[in-house]
Amino acid sequence: MTKQLMSGDQAIARGAWEAGVMFAASYPGTPATEILESLAHYPEIHAQWSVNEKVAFDQGMGAAIAGVRAFVSMKHVGVNVAADSFMVFPYAGTNAGFVLISADDPGTHSSQNEQDNRYFAKFAKVPLLEPSDNQEAKDYVKLAYQISEQFETPVMLRVTMRLAHTKGLVEHGERSTAPKKPFVKDNLKWVVPPFAKAHRSPLENKMRAMEQYAETFPANKIEKGTGKADFGVITSGVIFQYAREVLPDPDFFKLGLTFPLPKQRLLDFCSQYQKVYVIEESEPFLEEQLRFCGIRNIAGKEMFTNIGELSPELIAQQMNGTIAPTDFSKEISTPARPPMLCIGCPHRGTFTALNRINGITVTGDIGCYTLGGLPPYNTMNTSFEMGGSIGQAFGFEKAGEPRTVAIIGDSTFLHSGIPPLLDAVYNKGKTTVVIVDNRTTGMTGQENHAGTGKGIHGEPAKQVDYEKICRALGVEFVKHASAFRPEEVEGAVREAIKFDGPSVVISEGPCVLIPEEKSKPKVAFTVVADECIACGLCFHTGCPAILESAETYRASASQKPRPKAIIDPLICVGCTLCAAVCPPECIVRVDGKPWGA
Amino acid sequence: MTHNFLFAGVGGQGVVLASEVLALVAAAEGYDVKQGEVHGAAQRGGAVVSHIRFGERVYSPLNLRGQVDVMVAFEKLEAVRHAHYLKPGGVLIVNDHRIEPTYLNTAVKYPEDPIGFLKTKSYRVLSLNATETARVLGNERVSSLVMLGAVSKFTPLKASSWDEVLQDRIPAKYLELNRRAFAEGQRTMA
Repeated sequence: MTKQLMSGDQAIARGAWEAGVMFAASYPGTPATEILESLAHYPEIHAQWSVNEKVAFDQGMGAAIAGVRAFVSMKHVGVNVAADSFMVFPYAGTNAGFVLISADDPGTHSSQNEQDNRYFAKFAKVPLLEPSDNQEAKDYVKLAYQISEQFETPVMLRVTMRLAHTKGLVEHGERSTAPKKPFVKDNLKWVVPPFAKAHRSPLENKMRAMEQYAETFPANKIEKGTGKADFGVITSGVIFQYAREVLPDPDFFKLGLTFPLPKQRLLDFCSQYQKVYVIEESEPFLEEQLRFCGIRNIAGKEMFTNIGELSPELIAQQMNGTIAPTDFSKEISTPARPPMLCIGCPHRGTFTALNRINGITVTGDIGCYTLGGLPPYNTMNTSFEMGGSIGQAFGFEKAGEPRTVAIIGDSTFLHSGIPPLLDAVYNKGKTTVVIVDNRTTGMTGQENHAGTGKGIHGEPAKQVDYEKICRALGVEFVKHASAFRPEEVEGAVREAIKFDGPSVVISEGPCVLIPEEKSKPKVAFTVVADECIACGLCFHTGCPAILESAETYRASASQKPRPKAIIDPLICVGCTLCAAVCPPECIVRVDGKPWGA
Repeated sequence: MTHNFLFAGVGGQGVVLASEVLALVAAAEGYDVKQGEVHGAAQRGGAVVSHIRFGERVYSPLNLRGQVDVMVAFEKLEAVRHAHYLKPGGVLIVNDHRIEPTYLNTAVKYPEDPIGFLKTKSYRVLSLNATETARVLGNERVSSLVMLGAVSKFTPLKASSWDEVLQDRIPAKYLELNRRAFAEGQRTMA
């Protein structure tokens, strides 16, 4: 058998393929994005980016109820979006296998919170698997489908960023497919609301049966240590790997199925030691359940923080008392390299425009443009979750803050921005919305969506028309502007704010990382030093390619000399933004050609 | 015994590709391997750090601070940022190349002599200018292969395994250039 180096995400995709999955859907979100990206390479599977996680989940439900194995993957906060479906699906259960992957992000490397989605599985009464390495990531997906079909239930498999993005060796297997199961119309089963009460106790019975199953489930296993320790450890997921790295001696109860738990086996395990340590990242999910079983000789969250990621060092420190060396880089000057907008990013122009309008509050959303809440822009004043900006702007307006502008990306607008805009129309708001359309899902790696005109494989697809959508919702003011022409965006937004009704400005400029932009020849710009009046407006765009020159300028002898601008020709991509804001028009293409109409 | 490597640099320098090559060479020789880094928002213009561990059986994908055998820094400020992961006496191969942070906060200046600072610590600091070597060879982008050539001298992995992985991973038209860059890197550590 061949072993290949694969990331956790790739291994999950491989597992879905081997399990005979026919339908897969997702919405991009770190650290889950690469799962569906990998699945799209398997031609036997219909894999797609859906407009949001709930739509993906519902589509997967439909496919599974209709009789084929279905797969949906998303980042932890995506499950919030899909939760309405996820919480009700178990009442009916499924026909063919259905697996939800939740890729959590302890440490918020690329997320707005670090919610522990294991609680979602318990909340929805759905079995939960947690692989600890790449091989298990693949194998557990296959196990998840077995459980799903045996108990006619959706199953959740949870990974964290460390496993999703770590590469390890995975032994490949063959794909096995089953014929489509027949869908039998049975309204007592599949039409849940009128019969919800009737579903309720069978769901509890199913839970009891799954609890029994957990007692003999092979991926819940005792991993013997050297025998030199007088305590035991209970753990799961990638934390098993961290803990075993630094604790070779104790016996571990390694849980593969973390809901429902094998209570009897855990009681037996705990009774063998004076003390058992429950080592888990994020919240005390296992510990709470163990305490609920009446187990007293355990220690958990009082030793292992629920904030951020755990690390092998932290476990070694708490268990062995070993102190790892600390970061000494601050002994000298070490500037940070924080995340920043790419050079040539269209959002920079939109921020420049909004910063010129005094007295506005900007409610923000989720995407690369969330960096607009940071220096040097400080344009955006709120940002929480996907699609929140528009409803929040409406709330600001009703609370007596009328000069509020919502800023939302193209993909985010399609994900969850349409209902709040419709609401602003219906409830007589005057909300102003700036849709920053960069023609891709930028932050997660340039995935296509319903607004890009391309499908997941780059094939042509129907392209949404934002203006027509907005007008159909009842928005009477819709204007387009080029993000690289801040005066256009500024003018349109000023008009939009004055307009007596909801208004939309579509600020257009393609992401520099999409293939058609990357392949375009780049001509850098340069400053004609003799004509530069050191006004500083190009610096205000925040472009890192624009630097302070040693040369200075002052309009009169009474003024302080100010530095002129120079442009780093190696990193400038010729986006034209600085040229567009330059009053004396002294920023020009290095080849001397005109820079566009 | 686990072999612990840490690669650090700036997004765009080929840190991830280089660490994948090392992981693949180790896998080709039958070791258990884990390699990982953070992707996503953290990568835009930012520092990149990748952990590579191989041995008979590797548990943690993350290195422990103070236990890395060999650290490879593709940029000298990034060497300073992560050197505390090295064990005392560990090998620090550092590219004597400066990439100014593109962040506009000028309050914190780039350090004057980061390599000199690192030499005051208890590591075996070996510096080379892989970026310049790569430029002389004709393409700055192969600096990551120069670094790989240098680190190859501090691994138990066979020369033939490295070459097999390079043949596998590098498009044919760039293979010779990459091989030359790798050989140059090896030579600097001779």
